Amino acid sequence: MTARITQPTVSPPVLQMRSITKRFPGVLANDRVDLDLYAGEVLALLGENGAGKSTLMNILAGLYRPDAGEILIQGRPAEIHAPRDAAAFGIGMVHQNFMLVPTMTVAQNIVLGIADLAFVPDLGAIETRIRELSDRYGLKVDPRAYIWQLGVGEQQRVEILKLIYRGADIVILDEPTAVLTPQEAQDLGRILAVMQAEGKSIVFITHKMAEVIAFSDRVCVLRQGRVVATKRTADTNPRELARLMVGREVLFRLDKRPAQPGDPVLTLEAVHANNDKGLPALRDVSLQARQGEILGIAGVAGNGQQELAEVVTGLRPIKRGKLLINQRDLTHCTSLEAIHAGVSHIPADRVGMGSVGDMPVADNIVMKAYRMPPLARQGVLNRRRILDFARALIDVFQIATPTPQTHVKFLSGGNIQKTILAREIDACTDLLVAVYPSRGLDVGATEAVRRRLLEQRDEGRAVLLVSEDLDELRTVADRIAVLYEGRVMGVVNAEEADVETLGLMMAGASDPVIGDAAADPGTEGGRTQ
Amino acid sequence: MIDTLALLTSILTITLRAGASLIYGAIGETYTERSGILNLGVEGMMLMGAVTAFATAYYSGSVWLGLLVAMGVGATLAALHAFLTVTMRANQVVSGLSITLFGTGLASFLGERLGPASNNFNLVGMVGPRFSPIEIPGLSEIPVLGAFFKQDLLTYALFLLVPLAWAYLYKTRNGLNLRAVGESPQTADAMGIDVIRTRYRYTIVGGMLVGLGGAHLSLAYAPGWSENITGGRGWIVIALVIFAMWNPARAVLGAVLFGGINAVQFRLQAGGATTIPSAYLNMLPYLVTIAVLIAMTWWEALSHRIGAPAALGTPYTREDK
Amino acid sequence: MKLELRKRESISRRAAIVVPLASFGVSLLFGAILLIVSGANPLQTYAAMAGGAFGSVNGLTEVLVKSIPLILTGLGVALAFRMRFWNIGAEGQLTMGAVAAAGVALFWSQGMPAWTILPLSLLAGCIAGAVWAGVPAILKAFLNVDETLTTLMLNYVAVLYSEHLYYVAWRAPNYNSGTERIPEFAWLPRIAGRAHAGIFIGLAIAVLLWAVFRYTRWGFELKIIGANPTAARYLGISIARNIVVTLLVSGAISGLAGAGEVLGLTRRLQQGISVGYGYTAIIIAWMAQLNPLGVVLVAFLMAALAVGGDQIQMRMRLPASVGVVLQGMLLIPMLAGSIFREYSLHVSRARNQESRIENREDTDRQEDDAVDGEAAETGGANGSSRSRGTGGAAGTLRSGGTEGSAGSLRSGGTGGSA
Repeated sequence: MTARITQPTVSPPVLQMRSITKRFPGVLANDRVDLDLYAGEVLALLGENGAGKSTLMNILAGLYRPDAGEILIQGRPAEIHAPRDAAAFGIGMVHQNFMLVPTMTVAQNIVLGIADLAFVPDLGAIETRIRELSDRYGLKVDPRAYIWQLGVGEQQRVEILKLIYRGADIVILDEPTAVLTPQEAQDLGRILAVMQAEGKSIVFITHKMAEVIAFSDRVCVLRQGRVVATKRTADTNPRELARLMVGREVLFRLDKRPAQPGDPVLTLEAVHANNDKGLPALRDVSLQARQGEILGIAGVAGNGQQELAEVVTGLRPIKRGKLLINQRDLTHCTSLEAIHAGVSHIPADRVGMGSVGDMPVADNIVMKAYRMPPLARQGVLNRRRILDFARALIDVFQIATPTPQTHVKFLSGGNIQKTILAREIDACTDLLVAVYPSRGLDVGATEAVRRRLLEQRDEGRAVLLVSEDLDELRTVADRIAVLYEGRVMGVVNAEEADVETLGLMMAGASDPVIGDAAADPGTEGGRTQ
Repeated sequence: MIDTLALLTSILTITLRAGASLIYGAIGETYTERSGILNLGVEGMMLMGAVTAFATAYYSGSVWLGLLVAMGVGATLAALHAFLTVTMRANQVVSGLSITLFGTGLASFLGERLGPASNNFNLVGMVGPRFSPIEIPGLSEIPVLGAFFKQDLLTYALFLLVPLAWAYLYKTRNGLNLRAVGESPQTADAMGIDVIRTRYRYTIVGGMLVGLGGAHLSLAYAPGWSENITGGRGWIVIALVIFAMWNPARAVLGAVLFGGINAVQFRLQAGGATTIPSAYLNMLPYLVTIAVLIAMTWWEALSHRIGAPAALGTPYTREDK
Repeated sequence: MKLELRKRESISRRAAIVVPLASFGVSLLFGAILLIVSGANPLQTYAAMAGGAFGSVNGLTEVLVKSIPLILTGLGVALAFRMRFWNIGAEGQLTMGAVAAAGVALFWSQGMPAWTILPLSLLAGCIAGAVWAGVPAILKAFLNVDETLTTLMLNYVAVLYSEHLYYVAWRAPNYNSGTERIPEFAWLPRIAGRAHAGIFIGLAIAVLLWAVFRYTRWGFELKIIGANPTAARYLGISIARNIVVTLLVSGAISGLAGAGEVLGLTRRLQQGISVGYGYTAIIIAWMAQLNPLGVVLVAFLMAALAVGGDQIQMRMRLPASVGVVLQGMLLIPMLAGSIFREYSLHVSRARNQESRIENREDTDRQEDDAVDGEAAETGGANGSSRSRGTGGAAGTLRSGGTEGSAGSLRSGGTGGSA
């Protein structure tokens, strides 16, 4: 798809944001940002994580109040104090974490909160209208289904339908492709084109250059809360955009030496497990990770990655099959037994699971080492040693914290992740399970995380890396297994894996073209090297 | 045979009468919890409702004024809970407990202070106006089912309130919004629903209904004031909400169960037909509550169903998510 | 003018001390209004309460008498609350402790050497309290049954059972409501007035718990469970085992309070054992912010309120429940104020002033602080966060800023539900 040409300067902008400033404790998220949006255009808002893109759009959607600046809609000043005001101005947003109530139906979610909804809504009529709209835009979805029954892609369709149903003219999409396979992302592009043809204006938040080129008419680049450039997409190129986004020439290159795989550390044999709802989440999963290699796990969110990580770390019971760590049967192990077996775990949910926000950084760092001497003897903690231990790791991992006694919840996302990394890597002796370790981090922090993972590999540990970022998997992992609906669709060598093939596998095509990297993933896992 | 029917009728009559205050409370607490606010202050609010309703009715001679005051008092205490938990983001469990402790203390203070000077300012033992049972001619003579037509006005009002409360929650726009706030306040907020206002509103509405439940105790079920008139009913209300899986219609079933225990206990003790010490009979409602909780929790675990609103007990703030 | 809460950059320690004190003041103020409305002079009343509690040796020892069960139940509750297990059954645990201690002291004295009876009775009290808390703990640990309701329901059961004993089953022949007196060798020695040696047990347990919380693995694990149970599970800490063990100890401490009442004070099981200490304990534990040494202090204060309340009933013919109302009122301002540990209150006059402040960078962020005013204390934290822009490494860290943390919290939402 090439950039479409519009004449943005002919008609006045439908939306102008003027000198928007937003401050959070300790951070200036938006610094005097100016942004124009014209009718019928797709504007890409590009920037790395933490650049202030979502904050800016949340201000537009009425979720955040700016500290300064003004918003003009159709040239007139608009006071947006709440999401309802934004809706009244025809602004709608698809958030990165979907705003859907799982226990309600699609139709109920679509009409939720509409200002002039009848006191007793006529759900039959609403469902008919939803069906009409979903036919028109090619957004297939059953209005009577409950949200919890839907996959991530379907949920996104509901989100978009919701905006269309409400007649939004300005549509904001926050990283919409993060949860899609490459093919689904192309479908999304078609849907955007239909909306654009109807005169709707679209803001598309992303940090991926390829999407900017494929989908947008204009691009606005944010860096550290400031607008650094606004350009027509046709007048720029990925390389320039990358430079603008990061602020220096990016040569994203990791020092990756060839892997030296040794004995198998992790072996899964035909493992079955259920999710929290009691439904099958892993089916017949057989995988192997060896010393000195990184096994990547690819897949669209919700296809069993989470459950896989939990099974390996003893947090989720195995229904059938076998889990071996260093050839020792740990099928029915507890999380403590997994820890003692040398398994470390960087969980996806850093705040909910990986750290304790209401406790000091120092305590969080020792939350695995506190059981053993020299930090504890006979159940009594040595507070001084604990502090020394924590100080040393704060230093090594460059955790920016005012003091070791500062509560973790006052740290930034990147530093919370570094705190977890420090604890888990220090405790890791055999297997490191890392789930979305660089999600939401900026380029610097992402680089640091990836380097640590490679370091672990080179020191002879096995690493299981779950990621939704195919580029990350291809640069960091040695082999990549693709999960779809809880099954392993195949294992490919990272060097040979191309996005197309992985995308097809993520959508459920098993072993499309190349599947020979691990002819028999269960038993002969890594013969390829 | 005739005797058995008469006995059943009388047990059902007492069951309904004993269950009425529980139903008011349970509907109120259901609405509060549906908005995501857990209010453990029910016991204290019920006591305050009971004492103020009785005192008001005693001096004004109007049971209706008593009801109004009890609702106002319930609403005020609930508003306090909402202020502490929604605005000040205090721990909901502790805030509810503090409302109960405060309400219990204040109710007993008022009971010793609001009475007539002739009774040393004590309200205990005073006789005031009440809601008496009204037998509906004809209908009340039907065996067993006639029990539904020998009730006081407040119990009759429930025949209307229960279906309305159910329909409001599941069939109206406001009910949809309310459920969304309790399930996912982030979503509700992004969809333009005022989470803060919704939580305040239904916590206060819940408090009004709980106050009414208290008023039913002191104006209809056991007219008058005694120090511990609720006997833990406020806590049973909270258990009922869990039992009913946050559905106001199903709360009726639970209330009938507990009312039934009261009625059976009452019959056994009044009849003197048992050798079981009364203390053990009196323990029944509390032991049954525990049994019911165990059964419900077990069933939820087995069926992977979670009845509680997903955001129950968690404060919501927009900017520092 | 508009009021605004702003998140602090670190926990305020000052608020932890100021807020309870302010709550006490607010509570007295509210009580004053209540007293005026009911026709009493609040100053006189408070003076009488204080005089009653602290004005005489007798008053002081009575405060001590009441503070013993309050300290013990307060500690028991604080221990359970530490891991956010809402044990509101201290009343029942105390009652069962009293029942068991009385049972052993009354009925075992024939077959056993006399010197063993006192320790055995105390032990029996501990065990009974532990069992009474253990049942809800097991239900919570293995079936996830809501503990607030089970612990509370068991209070009613315990009180009814004890009533049955002293009214019916164990009633002394010439007594309306009470058992026989327990033999003298089973008495806890008295130290002053009616105050008995239980106070030493209470103080010892307080110090012990303080050390446990601060210096042991167990205390560390309890804190993690309380602050984030999901993280605890992930870190390999057994929540079920900790719930059971902790609640056994928590119940035992409250059971000891009941045993102390019987063996040290009433010397028989009788009416007036269950007078609500177990509920006051909740207020005490929370006011003390779950700190065992704080519990001792607050328990003493609450005992004084109760003794003072009794005194004004005698002297001023006011209901003794004034003391209870004041106690009940204490938690409310305390809860309202706890937000200031993490947030500070800002008053700004107009919107344009806000934007003015904003252009001046971070340097005078504290200028419009109203409640805060503790620049010295938070200075360290602010200082280093201010310097963030300068260092090379810090540069990257800063850009990890808010969006990053919002993003990860968000993923918290989805990850948690998965």
